Amino acid sequence: MAGTIAIKNGYVFDPLNEINGEIMDIFVRDGKVVRELSAAELKDAKVIDASGMTVMPGGVDSHSHVAGAKVNAGRSMRPEDHYKATLQKTSLTHSGSGYTVPSVYKQGYDYAAMGYTTVFEAAIPPLEARHTHEEMRATPLLDMGGYLILGNNFFLMRYLRDGDIEKAAAYVAWMMKTHKSYGIKCVNPAGVENWGWGKNVHSLDEANIHFEITPRETIKGLSEVNELLGMPVPLHLHANNLGHPGCYEITKDSLQILDGIKPRQNMDVEWAETKMDPARDRSVYLAHMMFNSFAGTTWGDCESGVKDIAGYINNKDHVVIDSGCTPFGEATVMTGDGPAIQDMYKLTGNKWSNTDVEMEGGSGVIPFTYLKSNPVHSLQWAMGLECLLLINDPWKTIMTTDSPNGGPFTKYPEVMTWIMSEAFRKQTFSECHKWANDRSALGGINRELSLYDLAILTRANPARTIGMAHRKGSLGVGADGDITVYDINPQQLDSNNYEALLRAFRKAEYTVKGGEIVAVKGEIVSLPEKRTYYSEVHVEGEKEKEMLADVKEWFRYYTLGFANYPTPEKYLANPTPIQVNGER
Amino acid sequence: MTEGVLIHKKADAGEIAGEIKEVTLIPKKEIDIKLEADVITPDSFAGKSAEEIGMLSIWQGPKTYPLSDFFEVIGNGGSSADETQIRIKGDATRVKRIGEGMSAGKIEIEGSAGMHVGTGMKGGEIVVYGDVDSWAGMEMLGGLLHIKGNAGDHVGCAYRGKWHGMKGGRIMIEGSARHQLGGGMDGGEILVEGKVESFCGIRQNGGLIVVNGGALRGVGAEMAGGTIVIGGKIERFAPGFEFVSMENKVTSGEVELIGEFKKFTGDYAISKRAKGALYVSADANPEL
Repeated sequence: MAGTIAIKNGYVFDPLNEINGEIMDIFVRDGKVVRELSAAELKDAKVIDASGMTVMPGGVDSHSHVAGAKVNAGRSMRPEDHYKATLQKTSLTHSGSGYTVPSVYKQGYDYAAMGYTTVFEAAIPPLEARHTHEEMRATPLLDMGGYLILGNNFFLMRYLRDGDIEKAAAYVAWMMKTHKSYGIKCVNPAGVENWGWGKNVHSLDEANIHFEITPRETIKGLSEVNELLGMPVPLHLHANNLGHPGCYEITKDSLQILDGIKPRQNMDVEWAETKMDPARDRSVYLAHMMFNSFAGTTWGDCESGVKDIAGYINNKDHVVIDSGCTPFGEATVMTGDGPAIQDMYKLTGNKWSNTDVEMEGGSGVIPFTYLKSNPVHSLQWAMGLECLLLINDPWKTIMTTDSPNGGPFTKYPEVMTWIMSEAFRKQTFSECHKWANDRSALGGINRELSLYDLAILTRANPARTIGMAHRKGSLGVGADGDITVYDINPQQLDSNNYEALLRAFRKAEYTVKGGEIVAVKGEIVSLPEKRTYYSEVHVEGEKEKEMLADVKEWFRYYTLGFANYPTPEKYLANPTPIQVNGER
Repeated sequence: MTEGVLIHKKADAGEIAGEIKEVTLIPKKEIDIKLEADVITPDSFAGKSAEEIGMLSIWQGPKTYPLSDFFEVIGNGGSSADETQIRIKGDATRVKRIGEGMSAGKIEIEGSAGMHVGTGMKGGEIVVYGDVDSWAGMEMLGGLLHIKGNAGDHVGCAYRGKWHGMKGGRIMIEGSARHQLGGGMDGGEILVEGKVESFCGIRQNGGLIVVNGGALRGVGAEMAGGTIVIGGKIERFAPGFEFVSMENKVTSGEVELIGEFKKFTGDYAISKRAKGALYVSADANPEL
């Protein structure tokens, strides 16, 4: 029977159900986790003997750049990223190529090979939503969704400046439906708009040109809208001044703006059984914290500011972060933060691209290589790991590389091993520039995360943070049958033997998606259907009408007609709307 | 004109213990779609019989075929790459990627070779009696690529999209080469008896390029390091170079060249910190 499987005798790590390495059997029927299978069902079910192995929910990546115009720009401007990283087709799988920015097929297979089954695209410019959905639809195996870039949107900046939160909320609700997207992403609030004039904003209270709205007002307004609508995800923030020495201060001040905001997630979904409350309890989700955490004044005197932000987050309960680790090697930097890309061009002289997305935002792409011999790159490596190790509560952290900005997602095994093994960190310290040790606190940290912690950072917490814990990130009854089996025996786990951990994380023993085995030891064996999630947000009809009148009036400034703006459902693979803010 | 004193280091300086075996490939038929023949290396032939070598598969368009469909294979490989010599008796103009990534041994092509010959080679030697198509010695790391005829574009160059080309080894061309020779070159040597066309040594970071003949234009454009010597006339000299001094000798690694040179440094068109050295024949370029 398809989608029915029993995974027996594994050491199970399911943090949302507070299961910490108990030997258990996990049963899945028709794609969903069930308490047990009948004798008759068991007879027909596939059975995996996971004795001596680690069993976790399927991996969830809550912040990765995997689909859309800038990702594809990264592919097309980098032939040199493709000619050595090639994948031959098989009778089952498609061919592919690309190391930091793989083609859609290859990235689906590569994620699944590592045990990941759910990936959310970090930034969708509304005008590029169709393109983004086309690529997500073509990416095999992964359940997906994405966040809409709204931090420099003409309509929203106008409403927020005028304090018209209700209309702003109606606009956001309409945009989520229109572009089949899932949450609010805010990139360099108020700053990207200034970039259209060759400028930026440099403090939270600097008003931008024409709209005269400040980053502080934008962050506060978008967060109010987010909680008013009861969105699944907290406001997903890429703070101002990213990637500049000294930026940690503005990052900390930005987080402070949202202290005291009450998280209000209002989704009408069927919740899988979990022991912990699976609803999100944070009001801000800070993206790729490492890039936002530089102290110092120049690249000559810069140092880690992670300790300071981590201290703040340790004392507060409204912040969750993903790390944006930089595991050394090739990367392709891509962001909605156009000016940040131009700054990197000035540093590196590399080829680069920049785009102004009409009335909605900006974007840019530049190739980058993180070198162990480079002092700043070595410091960045240490800072990324500090983000995950200096914040005490694992439920406040998520492991990412901001793929492919810090490095491709295929380097996750390295990052997972660094946070689990001090010996592996020491090994890397011995190979990289001394700034990694001298200008960060990493060398003095002997914390090693457990497999339970790792399951929080790579499964339970990303799912809970983005409002997917009703079906992802746990193995509770009713959850999706997405399961990873790693060849790691927790009883014999030796963090000094980091080579064994790297091997196990690079190729999961089994990746199960919706109860079907999709990968065995990194090899793809089946290609079941996938889903795309988006927020169907409901607001009062009258407000929507008023808002649409404004939108239509300004729509003449777009290069396309109003009727051609929406992304129809046919662009999505198995569109799965999540009802937000009640039924209409 | 320059009188080059080139010290030829034997590529296979190491002691070879075993007996050298020669595998001969004789083209059987006209090739329409070009072959992707990166299996033609001493490394993949070593330890295989003639029959096994004939079974190695090569891509032609969207399909793979056994090597023996295109070549008659005579002789077995040696027990290691070092002890394996490959002789292609005939024309290989439509055969690409011969010797790609080879680490040792020798390939002699008694005709012309297709694109990408010696791409990424790490060691050993390739001799081409005829001409080579573009991308010869692309991103080469070591060994010797000896071309008796002419070469196409992008000799020792970086792959499309990046600026780190050849890093080591030596390419010798007895004829002439075309555009972008040594693009993004990081190390090693390229020696051309004849002339080159545009953008020789573009974005060069290290290594040595010696051209006995002339060059069309853009020599050393955007170079940041390394040395270029041009023995003939440069038709259009790049604007970002500054004259340093007159020299009667150029020394770079094991190579020493005697002659009257004007030494320039650059290319300052983009970076003010560029460290490229460009020597041009004083006689052939009186206006510089």
